[in-house]
Amino acid sequence: MSAETRTMGKRRPYRRAMDGWWTRNPFFVRYMIREWTAVLVAAYALVLLVGAVRLAQGEAAYSAWFESMKSPFALAFHWVTLAVFLYHTWSWFEIMPRTMPAIFVGGKRLARGVITAAGIAAALACCAIVLALALGGGR
Amino acid sequence: MKRSSAPIFWSMFGAGGLLSALVGPALVYLTGIAAPLSWGVPLDLMSYPRMLAFAQHWAGKAVVFLVVALFLWHAAHRIYHTLHDLGLHSKALGQWIVYGPSALLTAWLAWALLSIGF
Repeated sequence: MSAETRTMGKRRPYRRAMDGWWTRNPFFVRYMIREWTAVLVAAYALVLLVGAVRLAQGEAAYSAWFESMKSPFALAFHWVTLAVFLYHTWSWFEIMPRTMPAIFVGGKRLARGVITAAGIAAALACCAIVLALALGGGR
Repeated sequence: MKRSSAPIFWSMFGAGGLLSALVGPALVYLTGIAAPLSWGVPLDLMSYPRMLAFAQHWAGKAVVFLVVALFLWHAAHRIYHTLHDLGLHSKALGQWIVYGPSALLTAWLAWALLSIGF
């Protein structure tokens, strides 16, 4: 803004600069990491979406897609995505006690750690079921 | 009073976040690592005939649709709020950027699943 407009007396509401605000506090750094897991969740959904479209286009298109899943780039992408999903699972249940209504058991509020542990146990059980269905009983 | 659209987007964010937290790691491992590398999985786990049969069944279609669509809408909502936190203050622009592609991709997914047939 030029010196001229600054002296014109126009209303200039104060706006605090937002550059890198989240880097100044470890709590907000964790918040940003948690929020950006969404990018890889979306990327993985896109991979599956392309697979579904290729499936609809026939056997040649689908086989080419599945071959591309064996490329080093695709495998590296999925290893990173797996790590990010594991972090997402942990962080989702870590904040769950704050995002859900409080649960009271015998007049006492259920401890945060109990809710987080129950969520992670549920995730382990669900993952085990999905793996078991795919590896054995899914036929 | 005009009804807010926020509860709809928030519920899809919550449902997608919960679903991806519960089964996401297993799905990524199976489709992205174990099946392409044939690590301890049936060789035909993701073969064309098997995936076709899965996607032709109404339940298989529902699973694919829910997983892909909810993951997308979960991510869209989270990215929308993060863009706001990074200084994108226009609500309308932010919503077009994230919900627009999500809606198009969901329609594309529905089209693919329907054209696979039953």
